Amino acid sequence: MSNVGIVIVSHSPKIAEGAADMVRQMVGDAVPLAWTGGDVDGGLGTNVAGILEAIETAWSSAGVAILVDLGGAETNSEMAVEMLPEDRRARVLVCNAPVVEGAVIAATESSGGSPLAAVKRSAEEFYA
Amino acid sequence: MSLDRVARERLVRRLAGSVIEHADELTSLDQAIGDGDHGLNMKRGFEAVLAALPGLADKSLPEMLKAIGMTLVMKVGGASGPLVGTFFMELGKALPEQPGRSDLVAATEKAIDAVKARGRSEAGQKTLLDVLVPVHAVLAGGGDARAIATEAAQAADRTTPMLAIRGRASFLGERSIGHMDPGSRSTSLLIGAAVEILEFEVNP
Repeated sequence: MSNVGIVIVSHSPKIAEGAADMVRQMVGDAVPLAWTGGDVDGGLGTNVAGILEAIETAWSSAGVAILVDLGGAETNSEMAVEMLPEDRRARVLVCNAPVVEGAVIAATESSGGSPLAAVKRSAEEFYA
Repeated sequence: MSLDRVARERLVRRLAGSVIEHADELTSLDQAIGDGDHGLNMKRGFEAVLAALPGLADKSLPEMLKAIGMTLVMKVGGASGPLVGTFFMELGKALPEQPGRSDLVAATEKAIDAVKARGRSEAGQKTLLDVLVPVHAVLAGGGDARAIATEAAQAADRTTPMLAIRGRASFLGERSIGHMDPGSRSTSLLIGAAVEILEFEVNP
C-alpha cells in the first residue's frame, strides 16, 4: 500500500487501541495502521520492541507517521526509529500532536494519498 | 585500567544490585513527582541485564556496555530506558578495551552529549543530567573514586530544590520543587556502584 502508515503509541494499550478504532471508523482500510501500548510486562508504559513491531505492521513505502502521548512514548519512539534499518529511518516521523486527534487527522490526510511530510503537518497544525 | 572477566561480572552485578536494592526507594521518589514506575522499570531492566550473565561478561568491556545499553533500551520502558540505555551504548562505542582516565573522560562526555540529544535536555532541568554533568567535571578534574561517588550523591540531593523543566515531573510545575529527581537518584546509585568496582584512583 502506498498511503502513509499510522502508528499509535500510548502508555495505555486501551487508549492506543481505542484511538486506532476511531481511525478505522474514519478511513476504513485505506491506511496501514498499528497501535502499541504498555510496558513489556503489560503495565502502563511504552516499549521499544512494541513500537518497532507496530512500525513493521504499518509499514508503507510512503513512510509511517507515529502519534504518541506522554514523554516516554516520544523518547521510546525516537529510539525505535533510530534502530530501524538505515533505508527506513528517514521515512518514519514522530508527530508533535495530541494522540487521538492527531491520529485521526493524520490518517484522514494519508487516506487522500498525501506524502509523509503533509500527513505530519496536518496532525501538528490542528492545534497550532 | 584493565577489567578482566571476573571484574566485568562483578561490575555488572554491582550496577544491577545498586538499582534493584533501591527499587522501592526509586518508586516512592517517582510517586511524589512522576508516574511512580521508575523503580519497577529500572529493576526490570537490570534484572534482564543480570539474566544475560555469565555470557555478558565474556564480551569485551565496550561490547558488554553496548549490550547492557541495548537491554535497558528494550526492557526498561518509560523515558529512562532510552536515556540510561543510550548512555551505556554510547559509552561502549567510545571506550577502548583497556581505557585510561583520559579515555573515560572523553567517552563519558560523548555519552552525556548523546543523553542530552535523546532527551533534548540540558543540566539544570531536574533530570539525570544534573548528576552526569557535575560528576563528569569531577572525573575530568582528576577526582578519585571517593570524590566521584560523593559528588554523585550530592548532585542527586541538589535536584531536590530544583524546578522540573523536562520529563513527567515538569507537569507539576512548582510542585516538583522539594522532591529529589528519581532519575538523578538512580544515576547516582549506578555511578556509586561503578566507582566501587573501578577504583579510578589507581588509574595510570
